[in-house]
Amino acid sequence: MKRTGGSRLSRRISERVDSIKPSGIRKFFDLVIGRPDVISLGVGEPDFPVPWRIREQMIYSLERGITSYTSNHGLPELREAIAEYYSKFGFRPDPENVIVTTGVSEGIDLALRAILNPGDAVLIPEPAYVSYKPLTILAGGEAVAIPTTPDFKPNYDHLSKYAKEFEPKAIILNYPNNPTGVTYSKKELEEIADLAIEFDMIVVSDEIYSELTYSGKHVSVASLNGMEERTIVLNGFSKAFAMTGLRIGYVIAPEDIAEAMLKIHQYCMLCAPITAQIGALEALRNCDEELDRVRAEYMRRRNLFVKRLSGVFEIRKPEGAFYAFPKISDYGLSSEEFAERLLLEKGVAVVPGNAFGDCGEGYIRCAYAVSMEKLKEAIDRIEDFVRGLRPNP
Amino acid sequence: MDKVIEVLKILEENARLTPKEIAEMTGLDEKEVERIIRKKEEDGTILKYKTVIDWEKVGEEFVYAIIDVRVDLTREKGYDDIAKRIAKYPEVHSVRLISGDYDFQIVVKGKSLKDVAFFVAEKISTIPEVRDTFTHFVLRSYKEEGVLLFKDEEDRRLALVP
Repeated sequence: MKRTGGSRLSRRISERVDSIKPSGIRKFFDLVIGRPDVISLGVGEPDFPVPWRIREQMIYSLERGITSYTSNHGLPELREAIAEYYSKFGFRPDPENVIVTTGVSEGIDLALRAILNPGDAVLIPEPAYVSYKPLTILAGGEAVAIPTTPDFKPNYDHLSKYAKEFEPKAIILNYPNNPTGVTYSKKELEEIADLAIEFDMIVVSDEIYSELTYSGKHVSVASLNGMEERTIVLNGFSKAFAMTGLRIGYVIAPEDIAEAMLKIHQYCMLCAPITAQIGALEALRNCDEELDRVRAEYMRRRNLFVKRLSGVFEIRKPEGAFYAFPKISDYGLSSEEFAERLLLEKGVAVVPGNAFGDCGEGYIRCAYAVSMEKLKEAIDRIEDFVRGLRPNP
Repeated sequence: MDKVIEVLKILEENARLTPKEIAEMTGLDEKEVERIIRKKEEDGTILKYKTVIDWEKVGEEFVYAIIDVRVDLTREKGYDDIAKRIAKYPEVHSVRLISGDYDFQIVVKGKSLKDVAFFVAEKISTIPEVRDTFTHFVLRSYKEEGVLLFKDEEDRRLALVP
């Protein structure tokens, strides 16, 4: 084939995509490969299998040959069930405004692409899940990171300073939070809601860890006065029902935004996989007991992990999700140095905090989605590692 | 969550945990955990601590049989009286009053088929109120005490996931 012109890699790839950094945890991934002795506290997914009744329902549907597309919106029964289910978090949306997506990941992308014009600013309180910033950039927006250390909560004064400066179109919230495990009380959400209304912002509310709330009950920001019309709720089945690889989530949005999101969804995804949708329906209908059991178990692990490590780190007791985010900077190592040495010397994998934004430097993310025995062993190894870092008295 | 219930649930899952470990898991004080356990042992809520063992693994084979028992009640002898008579035999693993065609379902543990068959013939069937019995020998067990006795799933998660 004849070559036309001097194509170079940097020019073949879109500048926008080129500007996005590859994920920071890749390096650690390569270090863990082939080391069976490693206990990984770096896994952001449940260690429980998908409840059997969900799997059984999916198998049964496959046996009956249910493998077609569904409507772009998703199965009507599932959308109804989601709307009904959400009333436990404070409001009951119209099922018409529910779209079933291929995981929350797709939901974030749809939300940002549906609302952003080129150059629109999006506030992202950090530390934050790794995809918010890249997806904002890919949607043509400008990602504005707001550091929230050390308490990991953005308050009104803090946010309004940024809102005034950047006149943002939207703010992305994630509570309970990956990587910090922090969640917001109703009062704290009200402050953020006031600000969203005052500065006319859309709230993108990623509530994927809502079922894994240990202190009090999860409240959706969309349930607050005047917020349903400006909130895009994102949620799914990956964390509560361990359906990570089945890629199934949903969005609840005001009518005009839902319509815009549906437009993108129907062209880029068409519909979420039907087998996973059937599993999701079973999850909402019949898995309360499994959910209670799993939540109780995570809570025990959280208590143990925080209690044991509070002797060696400054560590905040997380209210939700399955992450703890201890501060390690007192030991004179950067997040990456700490994580790399802990992995190489003691065989415990964690994710360096700076993978979740610059202000995460000095912290590590530990996921306690491992069995109690492994968690205890990991704690012993971490204590051992930290002891070696201390200068002799 | 009720702290007593939480301690009991944790113990039911793993009786070997120390009060210190349970304290770490619940956020309760260690002394308080000790108090709760002592109290629940004393008032008979905690019946006993035992171990679920897969005896086949060490070549120790036991024969289990599920025996359905139909009884005739009399003015003098009710269900409780008959159940107690059956339950006192050490060979009897469990006795339950059930709904359906039969009245009791009992599980008998023995060394051999013959052992169990003779026990039923000599000790259960001969109880005056027992009208008839139906014996099912257990051929293989797949789940005991909520524990799966087979392993067909492994952790396939990637080592690091954001």
